[in-house]
Amino acid sequence: MRQDLRHIQRWIAPGSRVLDLGCGNGEFLEFLRDQRQVRGTGLEIDAGNITEAISRGLNIVEQNMDAGLGNFPDQSFDTVVMAHALQAVHYPDRVLDEMLRIGRECIVTFPNFGHWRCRISLGVRGRMPVSRFMPHSWYNTPNIHFCTVNDFETLCRDKSIRILGRDVVGNTERQPLLAGTWPNLFATTAIYHITR
Amino acid sequence: MVTPQVAHFDAPLPLTCGRDLPAYDLVYETYGELNDKRSNAMLVCHALSGHAHAAGYHSADDKKPGWWDECIGPGKPFDTSKFFVVSLNNLGGCHGSTGPSSINPETDKPWGPDFPPLRARDWVNSQVRLADYLGIDCWAAVVGGSLGGMQAMRWALEYPQRIRHCIVIAAALKLSAQNLAFNEVARQAILSDPDFAEGRYQERDIIPAQGLALARMVGHITYLSDDAMASKFGRDLRSGSLEQGGEGGAEFQVQSYLRYQGSQFSGNFDANTYMLMTRALDYFDLAREYDNDPVAAFGHAQCSFLVVSFSTDWRFSPQRSREIVDALIAADRPVTYAEIEADEGHDAFLLPIPRYVSVLNAYMQRVGAHC
Repeated sequence: MRQDLRHIQRWIAPGSRVLDLGCGNGEFLEFLRDQRQVRGTGLEIDAGNITEAISRGLNIVEQNMDAGLGNFPDQSFDTVVMAHALQAVHYPDRVLDEMLRIGRECIVTFPNFGHWRCRISLGVRGRMPVSRFMPHSWYNTPNIHFCTVNDFETLCRDKSIRILGRDVVGNTERQPLLAGTWPNLFATTAIYHITR
Repeated sequence: MVTPQVAHFDAPLPLTCGRDLPAYDLVYETYGELNDKRSNAMLVCHALSGHAHAAGYHSADDKKPGWWDECIGPGKPFDTSKFFVVSLNNLGGCHGSTGPSSINPETDKPWGPDFPPLRARDWVNSQVRLADYLGIDCWAAVVGGSLGGMQAMRWALEYPQRIRHCIVIAAALKLSAQNLAFNEVARQAILSDPDFAEGRYQERDIIPAQGLALARMVGHITYLSDDAMASKFGRDLRSGSLEQGGEGGAEFQVQSYLRYQGSQFSGNFDANTYMLMTRALDYFDLAREYDNDPVAAFGHAQCSFLVVSFSTDWRFSPQRSREIVDALIAADRPVTYAEIEADEGHDAFLLPIPRYVSVLNAYMQRVGAHC
């Protein structure tokens, strides 16, 4: 399982209801169902992912988050998860509002654009960063709203979103201390547990 | 190879209209084997002009297999090596089940226009009796496209204990004004044919062929998409020429295609059945008896749902399927939804579109896992 997903599963209560926005092939929901007895629903738009997730026996709805989430009632899920998709939606702030309306708690993960490698790429080489985590060139990337750890926390403050927990994934397994101490510089992926 | 069977029922069936149908036959076909636990049975509900012959061939001379042969058979989504698939001709039909062209035992004449009007729930009630007759307590899945999908949803609401999965393809919670309008044109085409004789054509040994053909032509246009018609026919001419200096008389391919569809249909279908089926479609409204609230309606369901729509379907567009999905989400029912990119319009649900087949296959794995 992807590292950010391994980190966030401990924030999900056994037997709870989870909505996974951009659930990919359903690997995470399957894990939550089988290991945490979670009742999950996934949203996805990629045809191949949808078929794979259906064959895992999951409930998957083909729906584009950018077209709104108004069909999900208020507080209808215990946790709404959006892993590595915040940077790809048209209006990240509105999606966050919607997530917090639908779920009692939310978990968001995103690639940290403030990571030192990004800064070197942009600051020294003068080029948009391309890495293992962000493998696209600027012209064909689905990631249209990059932000840093500090940017995200500022948005949370502006929107009165409470941060229940923060976790980070560093560049390598050997750097958890650096990433934990200076996340804006050393976290490759930021992980937030939030609520209203 | 498959042989249609007849189930005869002597117990009167109370109908939504208030009348009872004293006794009736249902023609059905089955494919595959019922397992020992009787847990692998699937019911296929047909659409407006369907019948029991959904898959396979009746004889070696048959040119075409059953109407949903693309989906039913060994290795196909409704895999007959795993599932016991039941397909029937609905009550009021004209392919063997009791309907307007059957003899009314009270008069010894064909029922004709006196056959009681039916609703989708009457069909479901009669299908319940067929399930009892076949010894099936609970369907692994009830599946249908278009009007068939509406019956599947009705099953989920009225008989929640007897259905584990509900597969609703290219359907809607109820018809739109535009849908109603097209059905009305079709019925007016039949009514205005003098050979319809107020529905008593059978007694006079005539058929309203022209009216029925016209009704089918109108219906058929709504089953195809603009794109599908463009790629299939374009503006190709079948005969004549549009060169200047000619007297005209050019005929487009699409004209002759529609006429062919119409005349084929009028030879195989009963006009009173067409009137009855289109009215049942018009009157269908899943949530009417639930305070017109689809969320409250689906609150009665206990099964899982698969909902599928097709991008170019304008008869029951993806938006209509999303209304079903949204109500299911709000009712906290397990639902899976796929919107299939397809050029073929409403008819796509009968065709082997690769992504559609993959989605059905994937979902049926789940259905089969708990049989």
